[in-house]
Amino acid sequence: MKASRRNFLIGAGVVGGGLVVGFSMRSGPGAPPLKAMDGAYAPNAFLQIGADNVMRFYCPRDEMGQGVTTGLATLIGEELDVNPARFVIELAGVHPDYANPGMGVQATGGSNSIMGHYLPLRQVGADTRQAIVLAAATQLDVAAGEIETEDGHVLVAGERHPYGAFVETARSLPMPEDAPLKPVSAFRYIGKELPRIDSAGKAAGTAVFGIDVDVPDMHHAVVVRSPVAGGAVASFEAMRAREMPGVIGVVPVATGVAVVATKYWQARKAAESLDVEWDLPPLAQVGSPQIQADYRDGLAEEGESAESEGDVEAALAGTRTVEADYWAPYLAHAPMEPMSAVVRIGDGEAEVWTGSQGPGLAQGLVARVTGLDVERVTAHNTYLGGGFGRRATLSHVVEAAQAALATGKPVQVLWSREDDIRSGFYRPASLMRIEAGIDADGVVAAWRAKRVGANIVPHALRSLLPGLFPGLSDGVIDWTADSAGGLFANWVVEGPSVEGLAGDYDLPNREVRHVTRDHGLPTTVWRSVGHSFTAFAKESMIDELAAAAGADPVALRLRNTTNNPRLHNVIRIAGERMGQWRLPPGHALGIAAHGSFESFVAEVAEVSVADGAIRVHNVLCVVDCGLAVNPDVVRAQMEGSVMYGLTAALHGNLEVANGAIRESNFHDYPILRMNEAPAVEVVIVPSAEHPSGVGEPGVPPIAPAVANAVYAATGQRLRSLPLRLQTA
Amino acid sequence: MIEFTLNGQTVRTEDDPDTPLLWVVRDTFKLKGTKFGCGAALCGACTVHVDGAAVRSCTLPVGAAAGKRVTTIEGLGTPEDPHPLQEKWVTLSVPQCGYCQPGQIMSAAALLSANPRPTEVEVESAMAGNICRCGCYPRIKNAILSVAEDAAEDAVEDAGKEVQA
Repeated sequence: MKASRRNFLIGAGVVGGGLVVGFSMRSGPGAPPLKAMDGAYAPNAFLQIGADNVMRFYCPRDEMGQGVTTGLATLIGEELDVNPARFVIELAGVHPDYANPGMGVQATGGSNSIMGHYLPLRQVGADTRQAIVLAAATQLDVAAGEIETEDGHVLVAGERHPYGAFVETARSLPMPEDAPLKPVSAFRYIGKELPRIDSAGKAAGTAVFGIDVDVPDMHHAVVVRSPVAGGAVASFEAMRAREMPGVIGVVPVATGVAVVATKYWQARKAAESLDVEWDLPPLAQVGSPQIQADYRDGLAEEGESAESEGDVEAALAGTRTVEADYWAPYLAHAPMEPMSAVVRIGDGEAEVWTGSQGPGLAQGLVARVTGLDVERVTAHNTYLGGGFGRRATLSHVVEAAQAALATGKPVQVLWSREDDIRSGFYRPASLMRIEAGIDADGVVAAWRAKRVGANIVPHALRSLLPGLFPGLSDGVIDWTADSAGGLFANWVVEGPSVEGLAGDYDLPNREVRHVTRDHGLPTTVWRSVGHSFTAFAKESMIDELAAAAGADPVALRLRNTTNNPRLHNVIRIAGERMGQWRLPPGHALGIAAHGSFESFVAEVAEVSVADGAIRVHNVLCVVDCGLAVNPDVVRAQMEGSVMYGLTAALHGNLEVANGAIRESNFHDYPILRMNEAPAVEVVIVPSAEHPSGVGEPGVPPIAPAVANAVYAATGQRLRSLPLRLQTA
Repeated sequence: MIEFTLNGQTVRTEDDPDTPLLWVVRDTFKLKGTKFGCGAALCGACTVHVDGAAVRSCTLPVGAAAGKRVTTIEGLGTPEDPHPLQEKWVTLSVPQCGYCQPGQIMSAAALLSANPRPTEVEVESAMAGNICRCGCYPRIKNAILSVAEDAAEDAVEDAGKEVQA
């Protein structure tokens, strides 16, 4: 799969707001078949059925906690007639058939796994079931129509035969195509309350994450990186480090200097004794006050138009207008498992192990470093100790490959938490201004929004292109990323930079503009991407309009969602519940609603304020995500999204000083803890619509819901994240 | 040479005494269930039991564990023979990414040993040192309270049987 064999198109569009680069790609001819385990029947890349009736499901998407192994096993199991709990789950390697149907590459993100696989994986299951049924008909000499199936067994005349009894015959028959899919009414597993299938190993500590990979003779590397992103090693002094116990090499890598030792702790101690001089980029002159000042200047610029409808200027006349600015800072993802990768380079081949949101990227990066064809690089996937968008950027794989190449040993690179916070790829900061007018009928007649901040695609190109197209030279990659940077700064607006800023409401007259300000801090997708900051501005402004007009916040939202029935409905349900809420004295409610990843979420936060601290007691989350394939996983994702969004609402903040991130670990980049966590009630709207996103849409509404509740409780309108009460 | 008891077996290591117990457990004894999250006793992913108490192994030098009883998640239970907490984690579908869960379970087990019927607030306070970035807190809390409740019911049942006998 070299670049020359790939037919690709860099659309620089946005795929579902997730992995932001729109590649359309066909795999080359002769995709290698998967090796069948123990002679099992392997009719496709997803299923293997043994004569012993052991059934393996090769899960094409990456499990980062979102429950995708359970969800996709449910889809394929439904049509195959196998209880998803029966499958042995294999975290798939790289194969063209594992491309994400919504992206065209093998990547996981954009909340599209269930959405994108809902029909394709069921079809695989139905076709495979049909193959087993036809084989059973041949073998048992009965008509296929007399055969029923149930949980991995063929039922004929009261007899129960395991699927495995027919795999030899199935192998010799042609593979059916387009077998009919079940109607919703016949579902046994989809839509039912089934437990997750990956819990036992995770509770026992036996689930293998990237950090847990151990291969013979594996050595450990700790990389000393530039304190400022984009810095290059000018020189380094490694005399002391080389003499420390266990150290076998001190080698330059793309991001800095790697200290390689027999054990991790030896590498880490030796790395502390390293002396590195850096050539620092212009970012080294930049601090948070300057970033904010530059953004404020940006608000005065006209910028590029992202969206324009009706006549905002005319509509503003005669309305009650409100104008406000909202700030959202740079954020790190901070997954619990810091980045790690293992690379082993052999004779004309190599292997890489890492838990990533794109195993093909890991494969491509190792090919690029080693000069091997990608076919000669085997990528092994593991469980991901959290993803949230962070694990689509794999500089740690490059580090491991370079350290392995330089030392001739299999090497594991492991980042520290400090590395994770300080050397990462961030949710871009944003300054947003909204000017809106509400007319006498309660219609939001005019809406003018502008966002100032950095884009994601130019940074993402720089980190994704080397893995996607290992044959591209550094020069071409830099040129492409720089060109994209120029394109999005001066010509067109990048989708994720403004997505959600004027969505959801009817807004007959609206205008969205964008001004790019990029000081060079690397950015990437962060759970719910642009929605993570635009929803805060949009839903705060809706609340401000309600306050200005003396309108009820729920009624105002209902009045202005006549063109968005599914969002209207979740707001209506949440509003009814607000009316029945038993509110203790001193507590107040706030509501926010936002559509993203084709799902619709309204959240209500019950908040109190004491001693200058905001306390969130209860959260109601009403979600319409189409048909809920596993309602309990949907609930878990909404609960988790509320917590993830609350961390950003109450704590999340990165400050830049001399180009470096000031925060370093959980003491100064705090994560919500159990004693701060609210109770969350999730209401799933019954729906027969195609399933839509679940992993991200619960995040955007929570920060504005809390801010709106704080306003209701105190009269203080907090327009800056994280939310900080003004003290008298 | 440092000697201690690891999941019931006497073990010896030549690792430098200032090496955190976490890395001795993971890299020397190849028990990978205990996780690295922060290296500064801030997140609890590395929680093990030392002489029965929950300890953050990322900041405990292995020298300080000499002669002590160390239990890791592997010593608490296995998928085949799980601890009641591990069992409850499965039936209530507690984990999401799962990375922090061994540490959560070790903290919870130490809590229930010391306080078999904790209140909700006691659970929150005992578990506040364990971060879960996926935000499984409501389920973790429910699971701990549910295990405590099960144990209390069993105790009542056992007492009843004894009275009958």
